[in-house]
Order: sequence, then C-alpha cells, then structure tokens
Amino acid sequence: MELTGAEIAIRCLQEEGVEYLFGYPGGAVLHIYDALFQQDKVKHVLVRHEQAAIHAADGYARSSEKVGVALVTSGPGLTNAVTGIATAYMDSIPMVVLSGQVPSYAIGEDAFQEVDAVGITRPCVKHNFLIKHVADIAPTIKKAFYLAKSGRPGPVLIDIPKDISNQKTEFIYPSSVHIRSYNPVGKGDSAQIRHAAQMLLEAKRPMIYAGGGVVLGDASAQLTDLVRLLGAPCTNTLMGLGGFPASDTQFVGMLGMHGTYEANMAMQYCDVLVAVGARFDDRVIGNVAHFAEVPRKIIHIDIDPSSIAKRVKVDLPIVGNVKLVLDELLTVLRGTKQKPDALALTDWWKQIETWRVKGGGLRYANSSEVIKPQYVIETLHEITGGDAFVTSDVGQHQMWAAQYYRFDKPRRWINSGGLGTMGFGLPAAMGVQLINPGATVACVTGEGSIQMNIQELSTCKQFHLPIKVVALNNRYLGMVRQWQQFFHGDRYSESYMDALPDFVKIAEAYGHVGIRVDSPADVKPAMQEAFARKNELVFMDFRTDSTENVFPMVPGGKGLSEVILAEDL
Amino acid sequence: MRHIISVLMENEAGALSRVAGLFSARGYNIESLTVAVTEDETLSRMTIVTSGSDAIIEQITKQLNKLIDVAAVMDLSDGSHLERELMLLKLRAEGCAREELKRMADIFGGRVIDVTATTYVIELTGASSKLDAFIEAIDRDLILETVRTGASGIGRGDRILKL
Repeated sequence: MELTGAEIAIRCLQEEGVEYLFGYPGGAVLHIYDALFQQDKVKHVLVRHEQAAIHAADGYARSSEKVGVALVTSGPGLTNAVTGIATAYMDSIPMVVLSGQVPSYAIGEDAFQEVDAVGITRPCVKHNFLIKHVADIAPTIKKAFYLAKSGRPGPVLIDIPKDISNQKTEFIYPSSVHIRSYNPVGKGDSAQIRHAAQMLLEAKRPMIYAGGGVVLGDASAQLTDLVRLLGAPCTNTLMGLGGFPASDTQFVGMLGMHGTYEANMAMQYCDVLVAVGARFDDRVIGNVAHFAEVPRKIIHIDIDPSSIAKRVKVDLPIVGNVKLVLDELLTVLRGTKQKPDALALTDWWKQIETWRVKGGGLRYANSSEVIKPQYVIETLHEITGGDAFVTSDVGQHQMWAAQYYRFDKPRRWINSGGLGTMGFGLPAAMGVQLINPGATVACVTGEGSIQMNIQELSTCKQFHLPIKVVALNNRYLGMVRQWQQFFHGDRYSESYMDALPDFVKIAEAYGHVGIRVDSPADVKPAMQEAFARKNELVFMDFRTDSTENVFPMVPGGKGLSEVILAEDL
Repeated sequence: MRHIISVLMENEAGALSRVAGLFSARGYNIESLTVAVTEDETLSRMTIVTSGSDAIIEQITKQLNKLIDVAAVMDLSDGSHLERELMLLKLRAEGCAREELKRMADIFGGRVIDVTATTYVIELTGASSKLDAFIEAIDRDLILETVRTGASGIGRGDRILKL
C-alpha cells in the first residue's frame, strides 16, 4: 500500500520504537501532524517553545539509552530549535530532529517561514539531510537513527519539504543501513591497550580522569572496576559525574574550574594520566601551556579520534568504544601477574590527602540567618536519598549541584556542560520524567535560568509531570556577578535581576504548587513537603545568599594549580 | 608548513559547504580548494591546500574524516606526489612587451591561447610555485586579469586514494 511521506515518517518512528515525540506544529509540518493524529503508538508532547522540544528530547536521551526525537516546523520553528540542537551537539547526545520545510518548489524563493535549515544547523549537527524525494524518507530516517546513536553520538536533522510529506510511495523500512563513508570504531587497538596496561602498572602516581563518554558509553561498571583494580584516584568531569560513584573513597571529586583542589593537583602532578571519554577542554585543564609544564604520560581513550591530541599532546592514544576498550584493558590487567606498585600508591594517596587538607575539601560556612545555596543542595541530596535525577540550568547553581549532590549513578546528572545553555533544566526534566515515570526528578535552577523556558510549566501541567523545581534565587545572575566581583572590580554590570516575578504565584497560575523559603530552618521542611507531593509539580523558591561564590575556582586562562580557595578572598 | 590534502567524498549537494564550513568554523587556512566529480559519479575529489603546524594539520585531517560525507582523506604532502594548477592570465601585450611576453610564456612552457591587437591570454600549468614564479618574472603592470584554479594533487606511483 502506498503511504504519504508524512505517514511514512511516523511509521519509521514507530519502527524505531519511539515512544515520545517532542514538538510544536506549524504550516510546513501539518501533514506530519495529521499522520500523527491518526495513530497512537508515538505519543506527542506539545511543548510551548521549540527550544524546549529539543531540550526535552535531550533529557529523554541522556537519562535513558535511547535516541531523543523532536519535530518542529520550518522557519522560526527550526531557528528556535537551533539552541537545543547545538546543546545536544556539544554534549554528544543522540537525537533525531525532523523539521518541516516550505514546499520543494518554493525553496530559494524566500517563501513564508522559509529558512535554510540544513545550512543553519550544519555546524551543530552530526549530520543533516534535506529530503528531495518521498522515497528517500524511510531510508533517511533509518540512517539518521543509526548516525545519531553510533560512534560518537550526536543530533541529526532531517528537513522535509511540505509537498514531499504529502506525496505517496510504497513504504519499506530498511532492515539494515550501510553508509560507505562512515565506519565508526569499535574495539581499540590491542597492542596499544597492552601498552597502556603496562604503563599503568608501572605508574607511581596514576590518575584516572573520566568524562561524559563513560556515561554515554555505559561504561561506568568497567570504569569502577579499573579504578579499584589500580587503586588509583579517580576524578570526573562535569559531564562524567556519576560515571564513578562519588561516595567511593577513591573519588577525589570533580576537576576543572570549580573542581576540588585535590583533583586538580592530582591531575597536574600525576605521572601517568588515563583520560577516558573526556576531551581536556578549557574548563577542565585551564591553561594548556601550564598543564604541559609538568611532565606526565597521557593515555587517552576516546571514540572520536579528533578529540585526541586536540588540546594536549598524548603519549598513547586508544581510539575505540570506551566500554570495549576498558573491558579489554581489564582483561589484560587481570591476566598479568604484575600488580600496581602498592608502596608508591601509599605515598601518592598521602600526597593527595595533604592536598585535600590544604584545599579544605568542598566546604562553606552555613548560616542560620540566610540560606546558603550549598545547604539547599545538600538537603536535596538528603531528602532524595541521593537517588534523584537532577537536571540543571547554567551558572552557580549548576556548579553547586555538581559539587554537592554527589552522584553515585550514571545518567542521573543532566546538564548542559559544553554549550552552557540557560533554560535547559526544566524542559530537560520533562524528558527525564517521561522516560522515567515514577522517578524523582529535580530541576536545580536559578531565577535567571528558569525564566528562559518558564513557559514549560504549562507543558508539565498538561502531561502531569511532577518535577520538583529547586530554584536558588539569589537575585543575581550569580556566575556573572562572581566574575564581575573577581575580575571586573565589583562593577556589577547588568547582573542584578530586578523586577523578579513572584514564583509562587507563577507556579500557581500554571496550576502547580509554589513554596517560597526564606529561612535556613525552613529549607528541610519545605523540601520534605514538596517531595511528599508525589504527583504534583512543586516550585520551590529558595531565597539564597546573594553574595555566595563558587569555590574552589581556577580563573579562566590559569593553570590547574593556580586556584582561588574560599579563604583567599 | 604548506600541505596538500586530497579528499574523496560523496557527490552530494552540500558536501562542499560542509568542508568549507569546517575550515571557517575552526579557523583553519584555505589557500585553495578545488573540487570536481570523479570517474565514479557518486564521488567527488577535492584538493585542499592549507597550512599550519603538524598539530593543526592532524586536526584538519581528523575533522575532515569525521564528516559523514567524507569517504577518504590523504595528506599528499606526507609522501611523493604531483601537483598541478592551471592559470589563465590576460596581459596587456603592446609594443616590445608583445615579444617579451611570448618568450616568457615559452620559457615557462605556457601557451598564448587568445590574441588581440593589444592583449594576450596565456595559459600556464604547473605547480603553484611555478605559476607564482611566472607572475614574478613578468612586469606586473601588464596583468589585466589573473584566474587560477587552485592546485590539484595526486600521489605518485602506488599512493592511490580510492574506495
């Protein structure tokens, strides 16, 4: 039987097992929405802004092992989606985005709601397609899902002109896909892996630095085994949190700009560093020249060859799927008689302990007068038993959540690490909640970030998503304020949030529950009440200390050991 | 250092802009870029002349390989190779300059392919440096138009870039 392009597109999503499609209708996708209406396998989640559709699909993907899927219309629908697509691209999130396009005969004529979708998204997708013939829809969608989830994952966009979505052809969903110019790697090179094992066994001061690749590659178990087998310290990047349990004694905390002193010092002064699914970005190792001043051997395991030797020189590259490489490395290590140098490790841990004492660990002076944001996160950890899915927006609250929530499991920490997209947290939480019904989902946000996608409170109401919004409301764009305090002579240019709305009333206006908390003594009871409301979205507006800063801090452009600690100010 | 990179890619709309976009987005140099279809009409062959440190060239080849449409990449400068560029020069050819320009074209192995009472068009092929040398060798004031294709390159002997 012949189907229309629109019907084919929806059938393809069914074939791919897509449960939820996040989107927003418009002229160019009317045929697709019509096809969607006439089936009930793929459930559509109507967002209130296209950016949110992409973030929701993103949160859905990050908290599961699935591909997130979104549908937007042409022109502004697509341009609104771009921030979301770029967010997913920077963090390597598997995603397929379908966008409508003006009819093929009108392309290039500056038609109503026309924009060059393929051109605009080219630098922020893994790949994109403009459909030219109705018969191409099914094979292209098949390719898109394969591209999105294989190799280094990423978003793939398919632009479908309106007329083509209404043309008919026979529907055949390909059972397999082959792209001759695309051959993602699997296993790593065995000789390199044996060499890595030898280097690690001979190390006096080994260090394991693991990033988002471990989470995306579902290699947490392997990483944990490796860390324990080697007896080495392990640090996670912002993207890698939960990839190794934060409560483990071998975890030295997150590294980087707001990492712990001991993690950063151990990065700087180890003798063998193994980077797993991480990319040495500027927020992680700071100044490259400073990082390179201290000699150390670097083993870099990554699925993307272009991540290797991009910013730092690597002694031993291993290109491959992180899980497969770690499995093989573990087999080699377990099969050899040689054991890690216990004596050297004892000295190394003593040194790390010295740094831990000097850095003072993660700490803050709690207060009975004013709510400290760190205390809110610690309380969140306590109330949720450390087992919630936590999404965040971008800024100080993001760093405090990363530092103080102490993630023990992968895929629990959902944040925009690479692009740093404010407005990510709430829509991402929607995707997380949908794929994890019944789970506790908290969105840690600020009064700045939440207003960038606050309209999604409406979507949450429509789809009964009982997200708990934890707003650390300090009346400032806190991270901007912090930088202005440290580096711009206390000139707080445009970082104060004036004329803030009453968030309790906003929550209520959308049909949710709002709680305002002003005093430290009320933090815990408020949170207990909020999380007891299992079926309701509760917006908690915590009025926090407006001058609190995130420590430790390695200023931009500085080296990992050039850190500002709380007492330095 | 100057590198000549050959790229074999899917002959699809937008493939060229993916490469061009990659270079501009990441701040890599493009000295020249030529592209045309191969004997297999589903594949295009591109020659990119670029420059940069070893680390940058390594990143360029890796980033090119990462593009889904790119099937194979070879840095021709890594080994023995041939390079040719075509140049068309329109020159003011009057008086004693007429003889001199013809002589220069002969010396460089070029041909005069269009003649008017006052102008020549000279066709010259060779390595890009040879074309540079020709421009250096003649009186610049005589040049009315310069059209260069950019270098195309191929490996010598059994250095073959093919699927």
